[in-house]
Amino acid sequence: MTNAMTGVAAIAAGPLVEMTGVGVFRSGRWLVQGIDLEIRPGEIITLIGPNGSGKTTTAKTAIGIVRPDAGTVARSDDLVVGYVPQKLSVDRSLPMTVSRMMTLTTKASGVDIASALERVGMAHLRKAQVHDLSGGEFQRALLARAMLRRPNLLVLDEPVQGVDFSGEIALYELISELRESEGCAVLLISHDLHVVMAKTDRVVCLNGHVCCAGSPNSVAASPAYRQLFGARAAEALAVYRHQHDHTHLPDGRIAYPENSGHGHDDGHDHAGCGHDHGEPHAHAGETGASPGNKAAHDHA
Amino acid sequence: MLDDFFIRALLAGIGIAIVAGPLGCFVVWRRMAYFGDTMAHSALLGIAMSLALQWSLLVSVFLISALVSMVLVLLQRRGGLSTDSLLGILSHSTLAIGLVALAFMPWVRVDLLGYLFGDILAVTRADLATIWIGAVAVGGVLVFLWRPLLAGTVNAEIAAAEGQSPERARIAFMLVLAFVIAIAMKIVGILLITALLIIPAATARRFATSPEVMALLAGLFGALASTGGLYLSLGTDTPSGPSIVVVALGFFLLALLPLPDLSRRVAVSPAKGETS
Repeated sequence: MTNAMTGVAAIAAGPLVEMTGVGVFRSGRWLVQGIDLEIRPGEIITLIGPNGSGKTTTAKTAIGIVRPDAGTVARSDDLVVGYVPQKLSVDRSLPMTVSRMMTLTTKASGVDIASALERVGMAHLRKAQVHDLSGGEFQRALLARAMLRRPNLLVLDEPVQGVDFSGEIALYELISELRESEGCAVLLISHDLHVVMAKTDRVVCLNGHVCCAGSPNSVAASPAYRQLFGARAAEALAVYRHQHDHTHLPDGRIAYPENSGHGHDDGHDHAGCGHDHGEPHAHAGETGASPGNKAAHDHA
Repeated sequence: MLDDFFIRALLAGIGIAIVAGPLGCFVVWRRMAYFGDTMAHSALLGIAMSLALQWSLLVSVFLISALVSMVLVLLQRRGGLSTDSLLGILSHSTLAIGLVALAFMPWVRVDLLGYLFGDILAVTRADLATIWIGAVAVGGVLVFLWRPLLAGTVNAEIAAAEGQSPERARIAFMLVLAFVIAIAMKIVGILLITALLIIPAATARRFATSPEVMALLAGLFGALASTGGLYLSLGTDTPSGPSIVVVALGFFLLALLPLPDLSRRVAVSPAKGETS
């Protein structure tokens, strides 16, 4: 069921979602405007931006929860969305076991449900009521639920909210594993630059409009980005920069060498645990060669 | 057998309760208790319309309740006032307009108490047929809408993102609710319909571990309450609606007793199967 080739085959196909000049107008103001965003099969896109910059609105518009007031959103016919929303609380009056929640929008066999829960380490809690789960367990359950649909686009809106520090890392590891084995595209909304950026193909930085977009490298270099997030955020990206050439791997997969990257950035070396950064990629040279990075590390 | 008014009332009560239960679960889950109340109160306006225009009572009440729910949806979209306040406005003003409209028709003799609190004597064979055909139809719609409605109840955005059209399901749900109110009016009365929706569902919550079980149990508790209430009404010559609600409340209170609580039984086995 998992196939590394999925990503490759899919990349040849057209985009899953293509947003052109999208604007959303609510209560007398534009929440977002002029958004151009293309989500291609198998890629990881991270939406970043300050509070109220329209990250969630953009993601919701992309998958059809919000109707745009300007521009167009074209979605591929075979688009299957798995959605993990930013906030979800199940009313206590609604009895719901973990395994029942798995089939909220799709039918699934007991075997599939069990294996989906197994993959996120929740098999032992399948009969628990969702109200009794911890924040991290609940997020895992939601992730398993979204993956059970076999989506080709997984949308995660700040998926580590309410999850403690170590749980956060584990959750990102899990997302990364799932996406590697399933080959689905991921649209990730996050403000957590350090952890997320290391795994992303493309960053779209929002502030009511697309203020800059492109490979993490180019976003990191963008003055607009630095202006928006300030020096400290720029450091995080700069740290990140020197190790991100992986977007160009021919098989569409990404090796995540963030351990080496974050190793420089003291206090954030948690991010890279357990990943396959053994592959000696070309940027080893870049690491040493980039004066920009050095400067950033000094700040950190 | 159907010649006996009491048998007719029993069958009518059971027919309504078994659909009011599952429907009431959604009212509870979606926190729409006051909304159900509002639609029920507006039924009096429907009665007035039926009398004034010589339309069928069922159709008039359904139309007015449905209209009120759609007005609410529109007012909600407009924003500015909380749903709470909007419901307060709609609920009491439709009740008041209904009463005023009835006062304008002095030539009609209306058993107002019968409408407000239910009247078992009033259940005719035709009513019984309407109730059961209606109940089967409502049950069918609920089964058909179950997944999108439940998905939309848990999270409308997940439902929308994953192709469940929760908004359509929500509107269909409101129409079904309006219809059930129209057919339940005779048994429990306008003022107490919400109780028949909510109390059995709340009782069922205690024993349920899944939404489906809760819905079925709510139907069962409703049917029991309806039957018990009608016997109480017959024996003590009390109005049928309040009697049913009193018995339903009795079940709810019984369920509060410290019995083994099934729904809170968390199946956490030692985490030997855990992988991470």
